[in-house]
Amino acid sequence: MAVHFKMISRVSSSVVRRVANRSFAAAASSPAVLPELAHPYSAYEPNISATIMEIHHSKHHATYVNNLNVNLEAAEKAAQDGDANKLISLAPAIKFNGGGHINHTLFWENLCPPSDYTAPSGAILSEIESAFGSFDAMKSEMSAKTVAVQGSGWGWLGYNTTTKKLEIATCANQDPLEATTGLKPIVGIDVWEHAYYLQYKNVRPDYVNAIWDVIDWKVAGERLEAAM
Amino acid sequence: MKLQIALFVSFLAGSSAYTPGGPVKAKAPQSRRDLLKGLPFLAAGVAASAANAYELPDLPYAFDALEPYIDAPTMKIHHDMHHNTYVTNINNAMKDKPAVDIRDLQADALTAAPGVRNSGGGHYNHAFFWDEMAPHDKAKNTKPSSKLQGMIDSAFGGTEKMKEEWAAKSAPGAVFGSGWVWLVVNGKDELEIVGTPNQDNPLMKGVKDEIKYPILGIDVWEHAYYLKYQNRRPEYVANWWSVVNWDKVNENLDYVLKEHKGVPVRG
Repeated sequence: MAVHFKMISRVSSSVVRRVANRSFAAAASSPAVLPELAHPYSAYEPNISATIMEIHHSKHHATYVNNLNVNLEAAEKAAQDGDANKLISLAPAIKFNGGGHINHTLFWENLCPPSDYTAPSGAILSEIESAFGSFDAMKSEMSAKTVAVQGSGWGWLGYNTTTKKLEIATCANQDPLEATTGLKPIVGIDVWEHAYYLQYKNVRPDYVNAIWDVIDWKVAGERLEAAM
Repeated sequence: MKLQIALFVSFLAGSSAYTPGGPVKAKAPQSRRDLLKGLPFLAAGVAASAANAYELPDLPYAFDALEPYIDAPTMKIHHDMHHNTYVTNINNAMKDKPAVDIRDLQADALTAAPGVRNSGGGHYNHAFFWDEMAPHDKAKNTKPSSKLQGMIDSAFGGTEKMKEEWAAKSAPGAVFGSGWVWLVVNGKDELEIVGTPNQDNPLMKGVKDEIKYPILGIDVWEHAYYLKYQNRRPEYVANWWSVVNWDKVNENLDYVLKEHKGVPVRG
């Protein structure tokens, strides 16, 4: 049974990556799709509860996907009609729902079951050490900044292609990292309350501490390689 | 649902203050601050050393009093944990400063010391929120005064239209992340519905085009509804109308029209 899941998860993560890379600019002709998770909802216990994973993926992310498609369709029509005002008025909703789709797709990919956890090594570890001094120092800074997000938002480990260094950034709401800051996303942590509330209530620091043990550093390493 | 109950029970096991069904009476004002309220000319000098200028007001009803519209676990965590944290943090932020009524701290929140905007706003907003609600048995017998109804009709075209605009402005697509939606009196003494992000409110200079005075507000941070409603925010907002205490809203309106100041709150 466990082996079977592993085989599926190997296939699923490459599917997830292909879906994540697919541009959704073509809208109605190529609508955004809710990606499948690489593992069952319960696989991230006890760090993230199965209930949270299920609602987060099948309700929250699914809603971003649906609303993105609705707004993209409307935008396509507005563009065809030459209705600039309409097009512009749709921009906030496209940013919100498109950002939500991008962010959550990246998020699922950078989570792994606690039993699969391995610490960063190789290129990503040396980049982390070079930028922050040590893996622990990076986690410390990212935890502090992520916990400090006011209201809803995300904490990111990102790669700055200009300075060629890793950095930590936070974004509000569903603002996507790359479009907002130019940084390439390496690891994201969702700190909207829906990401942790049912399990951690208002104790966001406990959630952020716990999530470190389910971060997939292999995926992070692949993203860094692609970004460099 | 089972998991929610299990979570709630395990949470209860760690706390002692919750008594299902037991009425929680509002504490009689006995803090130094409350006494100071009656001595404004002494307040500045005496309160300068106030370590805890602000306090968490008790709910004017039991935690389960707003069931089934707002669930008891949410009321307990929202009050005892979230609001309490704002109170602790605003006390820290104001530690070495002269005490200022929380209502009067709002205007300059955007330029004040760090924490005033988030925690001072959070304290005011939540204190405002608890008092505008009442158990449904009481709330259902309250309604807008003729003055308020007239202003609603003139601003929105009626109560139903007002609730439609409220629903639109509180929807997940309108208040994008965390925030509040308010029914306010603007500078022309007209009603408007405005949304503010995070713990901002319309009393803060710079948040809207002018300071506006809330008479009714709803918290649409996820913590305000997640345990019961998860991502179904519109359902929470629709249900919340059933616990709005219009007597208090009418009072708020009268105060705001007369004083052109923010409504005072307990704590």
